[in-house]
Amino acid sequence: MSVLAALDLGLALLVVGVAAWTVSARNLFAAVVGYVAYGLLLALVWVRLYAPDVALTEAAVGGGVTGVLLVTAGKRLDALASAEIGAPPGRGLKIFAGALAALVAGALAWVVLTLPSTPPSLAPAAAEAASGPGAGLGNPITAVLISYRSFDTMLEKVVLILAVLGVWSVGADAAWGRAPAPLRKPEPDGAMILLAQVLAPVGLLIGLHIFWVGADAPGGAFQGGALLAAMGMVAMMARLMAPPRIDSRKLRLALVAGPAVFLVVGVAGLMLAGHLFAYPQNFAKPLILFIEAFMVVSIAVALPMLVSGPPDGGAK
Amino acid sequence: MTAPGGELLVFAVLTPVLGILLSFARGGRAAEAITLALAPVGLVLAGFVAWLVAWSGAPLVYEIGGLAPPLGIALRADGASATMMVVTALIVPAAAFYAREKFATPQGGESRSALTFWIMLQAIWAALNLVFLGSDLFNLYVALELLTFAAVPLVCIDGRPETLAAALRYLLFALFGSISYLLGVALLYGGYGTLDIVLLGQKIEGTPLVWTAAALMTAGLLAKTALFPLHIWLPPAHANAPAAASAVLSGLVVKGSFFLALRLWFYVLPGLPIAAPAALLGALGGCAALFGSILALRQARLKLLVAYSTVAQIGYLFLMFPLAAAPAGGALGWSGGFMQVLAHAFAKAAMFLSAGVLAEALGHDRIAQFGGAARALPLTFLTLGLGGLSLMGLPPSGGFEAKWFLLRACAASGQWIWAVPILGGGLLAGGYVFRILAPALGDGEVKVKASPRRSQELVALGLVVIALALAFAPENFFEFIRIGRPLAGGGAS
Repeated sequence: MSVLAALDLGLALLVVGVAAWTVSARNLFAAVVGYVAYGLLLALVWVRLYAPDVALTEAAVGGGVTGVLLVTAGKRLDALASAEIGAPPGRGLKIFAGALAALVAGALAWVVLTLPSTPPSLAPAAAEAASGPGAGLGNPITAVLISYRSFDTMLEKVVLILAVLGVWSVGADAAWGRAPAPLRKPEPDGAMILLAQVLAPVGLLIGLHIFWVGADAPGGAFQGGALLAAMGMVAMMARLMAPPRIDSRKLRLALVAGPAVFLVVGVAGLMLAGHLFAYPQNFAKPLILFIEAFMVVSIAVALPMLVSGPPDGGAK
Repeated sequence: MTAPGGELLVFAVLTPVLGILLSFARGGRAAEAITLALAPVGLVLAGFVAWLVAWSGAPLVYEIGGLAPPLGIALRADGASATMMVVTALIVPAAAFYAREKFATPQGGESRSALTFWIMLQAIWAALNLVFLGSDLFNLYVALELLTFAAVPLVCIDGRPETLAAALRYLLFALFGSISYLLGVALLYGGYGTLDIVLLGQKIEGTPLVWTAAALMTAGLLAKTALFPLHIWLPPAHANAPAAASAVLSGLVVKGSFFLALRLWFYVLPGLPIAAPAALLGALGGCAALFGSILALRQARLKLLVAYSTVAQIGYLFLMFPLAAAPAGGALGWSGGFMQVLAHAFAKAAMFLSAGVLAEALGHDRIAQFGGAARALPLTFLTLGLGGLSLMGLPPSGGFEAKWFLLRACAASGQWIWAVPILGGGLLAGGYVFRILAPALGDGEVKVKASPRRSQELVALGLVVIALALAFAPENFFEFIRIGRPLAGGGAS
C-alpha cells in the first residue's frame, strides 16, 4: 500500500470516527466541536478527491459559518431552563432515526459501488467549453456556476435573501428595524480581540484573492464571499464590529446586489447576445467578474446576518 | 431547439424574483404595492404561455443562455405546467388582494409581518413557476428550496409560540425532504451524467441505482407534500398560518412537490415497470383519503378541520400513480388526477379564505359555537358549502369531475380497489362538511364582533365558483393538459 493510499484510509476512518463521536456526544458543546472537526476533515477529503473548490466551500461553510451558528445557538439554549427546551427524544425515536440513517447509508454505499469506475460526467465537456469562446474561463467550476447554470446560481442567492428575511421574521414586532444581538457577551477576552485584529485583515485579503483568481483557478464568488463572511464574524465576535440595523438601506442593498446585478446582466443578454443569461462572445470574462464581485458582497453580508439572528428587542 | 416566445418562461420566473429584490431593497409600503402591481403581469405571462402551448400543440422550450442540456439548463412548459401556472396566477393574486388589510404597512414605517408576507408571497409564486417549468433535476431542487424558505416563515408570521412550533416542525420535515431529494439527484447524475429530465427519460434503466434514487427523491417529495404517514406537520402549519397564507399553502404549495413527484415517475422513469411502486403510492394515498377525513371529522376548530381535509384530498392525488400508469385507462387517470389538483386548489383556497373571514367576524373558529352563524355570514357559509360540495365530489363541481374520471379509470384498468377510498373519502367528506354547515344553518344567535368585509367574501366566492365551473371543462381542455406527456409506465404490466 502506497503512502497516499494509507493516508486516504486513515482519513476515511477518521471521518467516520469523528462522525460517530459527534452523534454519540452527550454534551451539546462537544457535539458542535465534533461537527466542526468533521467539516474540516471533509474538506481534506474533497482535496484528496481533486475537488479544491468544494473543499474551500466545505471548510468555510461546513467548518466555519455553521460552527459559529451552532455554538451561538448552543449558548442561547444554555440560557433557557430545561423546561423550555422540552423533553429529549425518546428511545423509540432514536432507534427509528438510527435505523433510517443506517438504511439510507447502506443503500447509498451499495449503489455507489455499482457505479462504473469512470462514471459518466459532464466535467470534461465543461472544461473544454469553459475555455472556449463562450466563457473564456480557466476554471470550469466557475464557468458552470456563472455561465451554464447561471440561472441556478442567481436563484440560490435569492434563497439566501429569503433565509435572511425568514430569520428576521421570527423576531419580536417591537424589535423590527433594530440590529441583531451581538454574537458574544459584552466582554470579549484579549485573545479574541488580538486574533480578530491579526486574522481578519489577512483573511480579507485571502478572500478577495480567492474570488479574483476564481475565473482561472480554484476559487470564486461563493468561496471568497464565505471567507469574507467568516472574517466579518470573527470581527463581530471580538466586538470590533457590531451587526447593522436590519432596516439599514446599505445592508438591504448589499444583500440584493448580487442577484440584482446578475438578473440585470442576464436580461441584458437577450439584447447583447441573443439569449437570456448569455454573455457576448468577447466580453464574457469581464462581465462574469463584474457579476461575481457583487455576489461576493451579497454572500459576505448574508452569512453573518444569518448567524446573527433576528433583531434584538430584549435590551429595552 | 428554443421556440419563439420561449423567453416568456424565464420572465415568468424572473418577474416575481424582481419583485422580491425590489421589495426587499425598498422596504416599507413598497412591498405591497410591488406585489399587487406585478400580479397582473404574472397573470398575462401565464396566460400567454398557455396560449402558445395550446396554439402549437407542443411543449414550449427555452434553453437558458442558448446553452443546450446536458451542460446548460432548459425550461419547458407542457400542457400540465401551463395549466398550473395559470392556476397559480389566479390564486396568488386572490390571496394578495384578500390580505391587503391584515398586512397593511403602517404609515411611514415598516412592519415585520407585512414585509415578510408580501415578499414570501412573491417568492412562492416565483418558486411554483420554476417548479412547473423546470426541466433539470437540480434546477428543480433550487425551486424546492425557494418554495420551502418562502412557505415556512408564512406559517409563523403571527409570532405566537404555537405557530413557531408548527413552523419549526414544517421546516424539519421540509429539510429532510430536500436532502433526500438531493441525494437522489446526485445518484442519478453519477449514473447518467445528466440531470435533464428529457435526456434522463431516454437513457434511464431499471438499475439498483435508479430505484434507490427514485426512492430517495420520492420520500423527500412525499414529506414535502404531506402524504400519509408524513402528514403530521401539515395540520398545525396550515391551521396556524394567517388565512391568506393558508390558502396558498394548502391550495398551491403542497401541489408543487406533488407535481415534481409526477415529473419523476412519469417523465424521468417513463419506460420502467412502475406498477408496484405506483400501487404503494396509491395505497398511501387511499389511506390518507380515509384517515385524513376521519381526523377532519373529529376537529373542534374550523381551520384545523379544513387543514385535515387537505391531508385527505392530497390522498386522492396519489391515486393518479396506479391509475395513470395503467396500460388501460391511463389517460382517464391522468385527467382525473389533474382535475383533482385544480378543483382542490380553488376549493381549498376559497375555504381557507372563508375560514379567515369567519374567524375575524366571530372572533373564534370553534365549530360548536357556530349556531345560527349562517344568517350573520350568508356569503361566507355559501362559499364554505360550495367548496364542501367539490370536496365531497358532488355535481356540478371540479371535485365531481375528478372522481368521475378516476372511477372510470378504475373501471377501465380493472383496479376496483381504488374505488374504495374515492367513494369512502367522499362520504366522510360529506360528514365533515355537514358538521360545519348543520349548526350554522340551525337555530341560535352568534355575536358578530366585526362585520365581514364584503370584498374578502367575494374573493373567496370567486375562487369557489371557479372550482365549480371546472365541471364544465370541455374535452379539449383535457387534451391540452396531456400535451407533452410521455406515455407513462411503458413497461407496466
